[in-house]
Amino acid sequence: MDAQSSVSFDPHSIPIEDIDVSDPGLYQRDEHWRELFARLRKDDPVHYCAQSEYGPFWSITRYSDIMAVDTNHRVFSSDNATALDDARIVGEGDGAVPIPSFLQMDPPRHDQQRKAVSPAVAPANLVRLQDTMRQRTKKVLDSLPVGEEFDWVPAVSVELTILMLATLIDFPLEERAKLKRWSDVIVGFPGDGVVESWEQRNREMRELVDTFLRMKQEREQAEPGRDAISILAHSPDLRDMDLVEFVANVTLLIVGGNETTRNTMSGSILAFHDFPDEWEKLRRDPSLITSMVPEAIRWQSPVMYQSRRATEDIEFGGKTIRKGDKVAMWYISGNRDEEVIEKADRFIIDRDRPRQHLSFGFGIHRCLGNRLAEMQLRILWEEIMAKGWRRIEVTGKPEFGYSNTLRGLNTLPVRIHA
Amino acid sequence: MPTINFIEADGTGHRVEVAEGTSAMEAAVQNNVPGIDGDCGGQAACATCHVFVDHDWLEKAGHAEPETERPMLELAEGAQDNSRLACQIAMTDALDGLVLRMPAQQF
Repeated sequence: MDAQSSVSFDPHSIPIEDIDVSDPGLYQRDEHWRELFARLRKDDPVHYCAQSEYGPFWSITRYSDIMAVDTNHRVFSSDNATALDDARIVGEGDGAVPIPSFLQMDPPRHDQQRKAVSPAVAPANLVRLQDTMRQRTKKVLDSLPVGEEFDWVPAVSVELTILMLATLIDFPLEERAKLKRWSDVIVGFPGDGVVESWEQRNREMRELVDTFLRMKQEREQAEPGRDAISILAHSPDLRDMDLVEFVANVTLLIVGGNETTRNTMSGSILAFHDFPDEWEKLRRDPSLITSMVPEAIRWQSPVMYQSRRATEDIEFGGKTIRKGDKVAMWYISGNRDEEVIEKADRFIIDRDRPRQHLSFGFGIHRCLGNRLAEMQLRILWEEIMAKGWRRIEVTGKPEFGYSNTLRGLNTLPVRIHA
Repeated sequence: MPTINFIEADGTGHRVEVAEGTSAMEAAVQNNVPGIDGDCGGQAACATCHVFVDHDWLEKAGHAEPETERPMLELAEGAQDNSRLACQIAMTDALDGLVLRMPAQQF
């Protein structure tokens, strides 16, 4: 049972060929997508949607099929193919700013750039961030108005993840509001409530580009540091990387390195509100944070899908996927596949194998920041438990973002019961 | 039953017995050997069971398979020629006594 989807909906009321799970409204309203994916997993797990706002595409909805596509990077290419909406990568309108990061590349270029970025978020580099993160988390939690209603998203989730991102790339902390804005703009598109027009998005993106190219120059001239911009600027493998790609990889860090964790922080609060027995379980035994963190990441599925493009005709799940077809792996659906995850529609913090979820993807494009994300969530929950609060009550309807890609919580009204 | 000696980066050893056909990753997870996560469940798709095969055992354990396993190891931190994904080592009596060293952290 999903406490969020209280209105009953019959997914069979729509002809199966007309199901279009790419509609961002499904996720903004937070309705029907659970039932639609359950039907697809059962009746048509490799599903063709002939018409959508983004053109025709295949949906892969079962856990094992998603694993098969994600690990077959030769047939299922990422080259400019990771989003159904091409405009998200190449931009649109006059002065469009393309963001071709290594996420949207195939080997060997992907491997070269990924390896260069990797040290910035490798465990050895995270150790130095751990104490800072814990101090900030304590400070943020101490500042919350216990007993009063407030919005958890800006007060905790945005604040903590933006502070971490600013530290990771050594961005001036006092200007961190810019990072939050850019993060929203990078994934933004007209009509989503963030940007009004492509012209506006392009203008803000150019400001971002100028800022990071200036930072790159400064870091190049300075001694090598341990922040991500310095690591990229000094990487011998990336000496020939063009400036567009440099900026694209920075945008990947900005979005990957904060939106997803931000939303999972908020989502975990909502999950405990919906499953109060699990909250009590955690209060009795805070050591369960180890398994609760990956479960929260599964439950949220902060990146709902990633897509690929078929490089050749392939028989898959009884269907023929043609060369050039777009194929969307719906992690948010695979993460609720009962064939693999028992009681998948329940948030259960003490699962036997909680780390077996699709939220980070699998194969060569697996989330590079997964250890950083887990560390931030672990510290947040350790410090919440240290507070000894009786309950964090969600007091109103959360607002979800208008997106089919990032499962975002824009507001989450809560009250802490001391 | 064949045994495996897992040796952590700090030198701590874990000797475990496993049924034939079980992967070295499964053996570690079932016996709570720390530091082997096996997030993908044995599909060579996450590289969280990265191990270094002791050089004396390289010939018997074999090298990484080139199509799926090697590309994942290429992206793993600190991978070397004797790196393998433990999930891709199926245990047999011939591997009885296998020595696998673990990196400081899986990433």
